[in-house]
Amino acid sequence: MASNHLTGVGSESKQLATWYFTFAAILFGAQLLFGLVAAIQYVMPGFLFEIVDFSVARMIHINALVVWMVFAMFGAVYWLLPDETGIETVGIKIGKLLFWVFAGAIVVVVLVYLLVQVGPATESSIWLIHEGREYIEAPRWADFGIVVVALGFVFNLFATGMKGKQTGIVTVLMADMLAFAGLYLTGMFFTDNISVDQFWWWWVIHLWVEATWEVYVGAIAAYGLITMIGAHRKVVEMWLWIEVAMLFGSGILGLGHHYFWIGTPEYWWEIGALFSALEPLPLVAMFIHVLYDWGKTQGAEEAKGNPASVINNKPAFTWFVLNAFGNFLGAGIWGFFHTLPQVNLYTHGTQFTSAHGHLAFFGAYATILIGMMYMAVQGTNGIKVMKSTKSTIAATWMIAGGVMGMGIALTIAGYVQVMVSRAQMGATWAGYFDGQSGMWFAQAMDWRLFMGAVTMLGFVFLAKDLLSIGKATHHER
Amino acid sequence: MAKRSVWSDNRFWQRSAAWVTGFASILLIWLTFDTSAQISMGTDADLQNGVTKRVPAPTVINYKITYEMDTVRGHEVPVIGEKEMFFGRDDWSEEEAAELLHLGKLGSQSKNCMNCHTLLGNGAYYAPDLTKAWLDPAWGPEGSLQSMTGKSSKEEAMAEFLQHPSQYPTHARMMPDLGITAEEAQGLVAFLKHMSSIDTNGFPRNFGKIKGAVHGK
Repeated sequence: MASNHLTGVGSESKQLATWYFTFAAILFGAQLLFGLVAAIQYVMPGFLFEIVDFSVARMIHINALVVWMVFAMFGAVYWLLPDETGIETVGIKIGKLLFWVFAGAIVVVVLVYLLVQVGPATESSIWLIHEGREYIEAPRWADFGIVVVALGFVFNLFATGMKGKQTGIVTVLMADMLAFAGLYLTGMFFTDNISVDQFWWWWVIHLWVEATWEVYVGAIAAYGLITMIGAHRKVVEMWLWIEVAMLFGSGILGLGHHYFWIGTPEYWWEIGALFSALEPLPLVAMFIHVLYDWGKTQGAEEAKGNPASVINNKPAFTWFVLNAFGNFLGAGIWGFFHTLPQVNLYTHGTQFTSAHGHLAFFGAYATILIGMMYMAVQGTNGIKVMKSTKSTIAATWMIAGGVMGMGIALTIAGYVQVMVSRAQMGATWAGYFDGQSGMWFAQAMDWRLFMGAVTMLGFVFLAKDLLSIGKATHHER
Repeated sequence: MAKRSVWSDNRFWQRSAAWVTGFASILLIWLTFDTSAQISMGTDADLQNGVTKRVPAPTVINYKITYEMDTVRGHEVPVIGEKEMFFGRDDWSEEEAAELLHLGKLGSQSKNCMNCHTLLGNGAYYAPDLTKAWLDPAWGPEGSLQSMTGKSSKEEAMAEFLQHPSQYPTHARMMPDLGITAEEAQGLVAFLKHMSSIDTNGFPRNFGKIKGAVHGK
C-alpha cells in the first residue's frame, strides 16, 4: 500500500519544507485577519478610518495571500523532491539561506505597508513603499529580492531533477516553475501608459493563477495520489501530461479575457471568450481524475480482500479532494459565469469578481497547500496512517463552509451591483453608491463578514491541529 | 500482446503538451506585438491631425472629451472635441502634459488608488470605478460633487476633493486623507482625464447617460 518514503526525519530538504510551511501558515493567518478588517469596514465604514484604511487592509489581505501561497508552493516542492528524485535536494544550504532572506524581506515589506502606508508621488515611493499594483504591490527593492530567491529555488529544483531520477512530476515542475519565476519579470517596470501597465500586469497575474499555478496543482495532486493512496504512477503521470496540455492550451490564450476593456483591441473579445470558456475543462478532468484513481485503487485492494481504506493520510486527502472539487467550482464554474464579454461588460469590476477570487484562490490553491502541510506533519512525525482529529474536522468544515458562504454572499452583492450600478445607473459615482446602499447589498456584506469570522475561527482550529495532530495517539505508526 | 494504443502512451501526451504549450505561447507573443503597437501612446501631432489612437497623447488634456455611441462599433467610444481649458490653460505643451501625466500615474500608484477603486475596471470594489470618472456628470457644471467643493471647474473641483477628501463626504464610506498635495492633485486629475480618453471598447456601458432609471435620479 501507499508509499515507503513517509518519514521526513533525516532529509534536510524536508526540514526546509517545514520552515516554508510554517511561515506560510503564519501569513495565511495574517491574510484572514486583514480580510476581516476589510470586511468589517464594508459594514462599519468608520472602523479604523485613517488608521488602517481599507486600501491598506486589502493590500495586506491580498499580498499575504499571494506570498503565503508562494511560500507553501516552494515548501511543497522541497518536500516532494527527495521522494521523487531519490536523492537529497542539491543546494539545500542556499535554499535555507534564501528562506531567511525571503522571510525577512516579507516582514519588512508588511511592516512598511502598515506603518508608512502611502508616500509622495515619486519614483522612490515605488521603490521603497509599494507599487500600488493589485496583488504585486511589493516595492521594487523587494521585487529584486523575490527574483533572486526564485532563481535560487529554480536552480535547486533543476540541479536536483537532473542529478536524481527525473520523474514526469519533476519534469513538469521544472518547466512550470521556470515559467512561474520568469513571468514575474514582466511585472517589474513603471510606465505612464496605464493600458500598457495593465497589459503586462495581467501577464504576471493571469499566467500565474490560470496557467502555471494550475499546472503546479496538477503536479502536486499527482504526487499526492501516488503517496497517499498508492495510485499507479504511469496512469497518474499520463493524466498529468493531458492536464498540462489542456491547462496551457486554454489558459495561455485565456489571458485574453482580461483584455476586453483595458484599451486593447476588440479581437481579444473572441480570443478571450473562446479560450477562457475552455479553461474549466481541465478542471473537470482533474476532479474526475482524483475521484477515479481513488475508486480504482480502493476497488483493486478490496478485490484482493483488503477492505481497509487505501488512504494513509485522512486530513491531507480530504483537502486534496476539496481541492479537486473547489478548483472546478471556484475557478471553473465561477470563472465561466462572467468570462464572456457580453456578460463581462457589466460584471467587470464588481463584487462578482471578488466572489470568484475568493472561491478560486481557496478552491484551487489554499486547499491543496493545506493538504501538503498535513503531509509534512505526517512525515516529520513518522506516522504510517494519519487519522483526523476533532480539530481537523472542525477546521475543515469551518474554513470550507466559511469561504463558500463568503463566495455566495459576494455573488449576491455582485448581482446587485451589476443590476443597479451598472445596468440601471450606467456605472457613475451616484450609480455606484445607489448599488452599495441597497438593502440586498448591505445584507450580503453582513453575511460575508459573518462567514469571514467563521473562516477565521476555522483557521484557529487548523493552526492548533497542525501543531498538535502529530502527537495524537490514534494514528498507526 | 497486442500493439499498445497511442492514447495510453505517456510519451505521446508529453509531446502533445509541449506542442500545445509552444503553439499557444507563440500565438500569444505574436498577438502581444500587434497589441503593443495598437496601445502605444499617440503623439500631439496625432491629436492635431485627427488621428484616432486607442491611447491618445498626454496633450489630450487640452481638449474636450465626450463619450458617444458609435453606431458602427455598437458601443460608446471617447470622442476628442474642440479645445478646452484645463487648470486655466489649453496650451499645455507635449513636455508639460507628459510630465503632468507622469506625476499623476506615479501618484495613482503611490497613493494606492487601486486598492479601493477600480481603474479600467481592475482593482478593489470599495469605491467607484475611475475609468471614466472625468466624464461623470456629478463633476460637471450642474453636478453635486462640483457644487459641494465650491469650485467653478471640473478639474479644480476634483483636485480640491483629492486634497481634502474627508471634508467632502458623499457616503458613509469616505475617502481617507492620503496627504495629496496641490501639485499631485493636478497630476492625478490629468491622469484621470487622460484615462477617460482611452478607447475601452465601450466599458463602462451607458456611462453617465442614464437619467430617471431609479426613483427619477
